[in-house]
Amino acid sequence: MALEKITKVEGKAVYVPGDDIDTDRIIPARFMKCITFDGLGEFAFYDVRKNEDGSDKKHPLNDPRHAGATIMLSGSNFGCGSSREHAPQALHKAGFRGIVAESYAEIFFGNSTTLGIPCFTAGRQQIRELAAAIDADPELTVELDVENEVIRCGGKEYPGALRDSARNSLLSGRWDPIAELIEGTEQVDELARRLNYV
Amino acid sequence: MAKSLFDKVWDAHAVRDLSAGQTQLLIGAHLIHEVTSPQAFGMLRELGLKVHMPERTFATVDHIVPTDERAEPFSDQLADAMIKELRRNCEEFGVTYFDIASGRQGIVHVVGPEQGITQPGTTIACGDSHTSTHGAFGAIAFGIGTSQVRDVLATQTLAISKPKLRRINVDGELQPGVYAKDVILYIIRKLGVKGGNGYAYEYGGEVFDRFNMEERMTVCNMSIEGGARVGYVNPDEKTFEYLKGRPYSPKGKEWDAAVERWKALASDPGCAYDDVVNFRAEDILPSVTWGITPGQGVFIDETIPDPDEVGEAERDAVTEALEHMKLKPGAPIKGTPIDVAFLGSCTNARLTDFQEVARYLRGRKVASGVKAIVVPGSMAVGKICEELGIDRVFKDAGFEWRGAGCSMCLAMNPDKLVGDQLCASSSNRNFKGRQGSPVGRTILMSPLMVAAAAVTGEISDAREVFGIESPTLVGA
Ligand code: SF4
Repeated sequence: MALEKITKVEGKAVYVPGDDIDTDRIIPARFMKCITFDGLGEFAFYDVRKNEDGSDKKHPLNDPRHAGATIMLSGSNFGCGSSREHAPQALHKAGFRGIVAESYAEIFFGNSTTLGIPCFTAGRQQIRELAAAIDADPELTVELDVENEVIRCGGKEYPGALRDSARNSLLSGRWDPIAELIEGTEQVDELARRLNYV
Repeated sequence: MAKSLFDKVWDAHAVRDLSAGQTQLLIGAHLIHEVTSPQAFGMLRELGLKVHMPERTFATVDHIVPTDERAEPFSDQLADAMIKELRRNCEEFGVTYFDIASGRQGIVHVVGPEQGITQPGTTIACGDSHTSTHGAFGAIAFGIGTSQVRDVLATQTLAISKPKLRRINVDGELQPGVYAKDVILYIIRKLGVKGGNGYAYEYGGEVFDRFNMEERMTVCNMSIEGGARVGYVNPDEKTFEYLKGRPYSPKGKEWDAAVERWKALASDPGCAYDDVVNFRAEDILPSVTWGITPGQGVFIDETIPDPDEVGEAERDAVTEALEHMKLKPGAPIKGTPIDVAFLGSCTNARLTDFQEVARYLRGRKVASGVKAIVVPGSMAVGKICEELGIDRVFKDAGFEWRGAGCSMCLAMNPDKLVGDQLCASSSNRNFKGRQGSPVGRTILMSPLMVAAAAVTGEISDAREVFGIESPTLVGA
């Protein structure tokens, strides 16, 4: 299973401010009554985007200036709470290909990486600057350079960090580990025998 | 060299290093449920793969099951489709499935230990972040996403990076009316909701030595609310006592050998930790949350924070939380009126949780206007409560006694808050919308505090409501 090597992602961006944005917020539980991930995109951040009658609330993701954004900017501890992969799946289906936040909850980070979504960390100040830049000109492209761990926007460069294992797996096209895990099957079985597991 | 339990278990299960720098880790038991597994089975089919160790894979249905009308087909068609899908997947791939008909159904983190599947020194994975619960037995248990569920189904392994290890000691003696739930809410408040990112937590000290297995599970369960994916307690006699005679526990000679093996697993004295934190049991009081993260909490006698008085860094978060919770800055939390009381979830819906509440609830009544429900963590918990007459105590008090499931912990079944109802809840998450209504409000607390709120109709100090003697109340 050869996967695409992800060296960079780029596109328009949108800033969803706030710390501790949990996965219930990203995809409310009632939308998980599904047996495929296919329809999740339209429900991303549903309850903060929509009123109870289905009309739009004021929310960055409803702002037409940021329509078509593929990079999401946010605060710290992004994706905390439930382990539901439905959260990064919903963001991916909604078109997002990269995230920049101050920090991530661990399970969300892993789930996203497995989908090939680079989760960059950057400082609060840098994220605010990026947010201000795209607010001033929503057409600006934000580029996440995985190879050099740099975020580019409007002719400026910002340091962005990516955990080594995630960076390596994206760059080598092994961000979905299934193929490599299967390669280890013989060793797995041997270890299981040794541990008296089978 | 002295080694921690974590290192011993990790080293024993490490298959090999992967190219990106992670470890391929063997999983001893894989628990699955209906919400995070169907897509994983779908991926298996797409890739033409089998379940590699079906005999080490166990399924149950918990998130979507109704707790009142439990016969299939469920009135919710989507829920019905999910349960049918799980049954089909288990049949096709040869996975053991504890369904309602088996009498062993329940919340996956209640069922695993109760069936004896959760054992010291093993590794456990489940597509659910509260998998850390199983650490109460000295297992290393990871909450995983659906692609990883696929990985474990297909290979019985995970690609995972080794976390750092933090030892958390709680020494001294808890005061009467202070419970395991208060301990973990306190730890989360002190270390922060992201304090545990990148760490596994080893809990210990006098309080944990004294805790029964169910109390240990309550604490390990909420490790993830403090950011730690893994939390555990070293196994001891209580662990073995609990597991003895369970359906999947070793039997006869194998049992004796297992106990010997398990004893050797506990962290060696003098082993290295990346961090050590010490708390005093006497500092912990009955706690409740006031906000929209589990870290936004206070002791029952404290006041709701005022955004104008907190530091700059916290101001926006406090403002947002209070707006959602519709609580008044600076006011006491005690006396806040409630609409719903929920006793349930994988944090606090086991036998001893309900026994403790029943001790005090006998002869009391739920306040008028309050909807109060009790949802046992598993059918087995429900059954034993019924045998002991505990269900009667709840029913006589005006609680609805339900069938087992996750229920109003995440409201994927018909049990939901309506509008901006405020719920006193023994569950683990108070996120916006968590209990089924986008504007619903949740206050987390121990089961006895939920009962106190149910009886008085407002957030209350269970020690006062139920006349529990507490040194801090004497002469106060
Ligand atoms: S009870 Fe709540 S937290 Fe526990 S598994 Fe069910 S939904 Fe998740």
